[in-house]
Amino acid sequence: MSDKVVEIRDLYKSFGDLDVLKGVDLDLHREENLVVLGRSGTGKSVLIKIMVGLLKQDRGQMEVLGQEVSNLTPKELNALRLKIGFSFQNSALYDSMTVRENMEFPLVRNIKNLTKKEITYKIEELLDAVGLPQTINQMPSELSGGQKKRIGVARTLILNPEIMLYDEPTAGLDPITCVEINNLINEVRERYKTTSIVITHDLACAKMTGDRMAVLLDGQFRAMGTFEEVFPHAEDRRIKSFYDYNFIES
Amino acid sequence: MAEEADDRKPFLSKKIDKFFTGLADAWNFVRRFWQEVFLPPYEFKEVIHQCYRIGVESLPLISLTGFIVGIVFTNQSRPSLSEFGATSWLPSLISIAVVRAMGPLVTALIAAGKVGSSIGAEIGSMKVTEQIDAMEVSATNPFKFLVVTRVLATTLMIPILVMYTDFVALIGSFLNVNANELVSLSTFFVQIFESISFLDIWSSVLKSLLFGFTIGIVGCYKGYHSSKGTEGVGRAANSAVVISMFLIFIEELLVLQVVNAIRGM
Repeated sequence: MSDKVVEIRDLYKSFGDLDVLKGVDLDLHREENLVVLGRSGTGKSVLIKIMVGLLKQDRGQMEVLGQEVSNLTPKELNALRLKIGFSFQNSALYDSMTVRENMEFPLVRNIKNLTKKEITYKIEELLDAVGLPQTINQMPSELSGGQKKRIGVARTLILNPEIMLYDEPTAGLDPITCVEINNLINEVRERYKTTSIVITHDLACAKMTGDRMAVLLDGQFRAMGTFEEVFPHAEDRRIKSFYDYNFIES
Repeated sequence: MAEEADDRKPFLSKKIDKFFTGLADAWNFVRRFWQEVFLPPYEFKEVIHQCYRIGVESLPLISLTGFIVGIVFTNQSRPSLSEFGATSWLPSLISIAVVRAMGPLVTALIAAGKVGSSIGAEIGSMKVTEQIDAMEVSATNPFKFLVVTRVLATTLMIPILVMYTDFVALIGSFLNVNANELVSLSTFFVQIFESISFLDIWSSVLKSLLFGFTIGIVGCYKGYHSSKGTEGVGRAANSAVVISMFLIFIEELLVLQVVNAIRGM
């Protein structure tokens, strides 16, 4: 059996006149952490939204866990989505629900016949895993940005996904919280054996979490490899400047 | 290319295009509601939660408005009736006005302002903060959870609120009539029930169902299609109220024609 979890070939996506993805190719292997880097508006988030069927490609192939996403029926797509965890940039916690209700929401709708005790156990276990057991009865508005991100990750983990997609996990957070989130991403992979794609423009996050970097420029991946292979001696001026702006050298 | 061609279109043509595209979108939204409402899974718990929010939380405002409407309408009608020495007809006049038109209309307009705007803003903010996307990627149908439940709740609760408003308005009217004409409670209500027919009640319930559906579906549609961040949320809430109120008046007019035609048979 192939260890490829995601296979993208010649993927195109545009919005009106704006061509965002122009022939993207990518392979993602089991239990790999891939970091997709690029400036704002280069289509990084679009790529992972196509992966979960929130957007549809114009043409090209997007195969996730051996299934072409664009050909799936709504029922098949939902079955696939249960295997993918999506951590949103702004956490996307349901702000009319407590942390417990936020975590219960996907669980009770997708796994039937769970007792209250089992649900509580699962929620508490995951809140422990992200280091926030005390927040269980709090509302999202009472949490800090970093706490919201952690709860967002815990909520996606509740369905035991095989693939984790992190959209800008460290955006808007202070450096210390960024490191905590990066550690959490690594812990999630180790503990739950997930395959991950991390979308970011934060090179510190990329370096800490990624096995492999993929730099998205002009709608295509222009560089791919380990951090050391892609940066710091990049020949492409744009990749080089991306590195220089992140790690300001004297 | 398509956008360039669109830019060259005259202003009026673009407006007409936008209007008909919006109309088609709205039609598809309503059609989707009717497709999804009968299909499992059924979100009964959320429907009850929304019924509670819509019904119970609207009660104070509806009570106050209904009571004031009853008093004011009675007070304003008295001089005209007394010119003909017909103040004894006040209970009949008030009951017909309240049950046939004012009760449903006042309740629906208040609900459009309170409930419609809150639905538009709530779903709109969920949309711009990606909460709807989060629901979708967790294999939950957000349309069913957010739209179907709210539309069902408004459709069920507005008729109940209308009956309550009718009752409160009639109590307000009774207090006024009792203070001025010394009419007893039993006489007042006997006169009321003699004046209103089964058709009046039936048409009032039918109208209320229609108003409730309109408030829910317009609020949800506007919220579900909001964009451009917080500005878009505000715009969604505002247009939910304006469009609901406009449609409520149109529906009132149409139902009135139908009921009058039935009454004339």
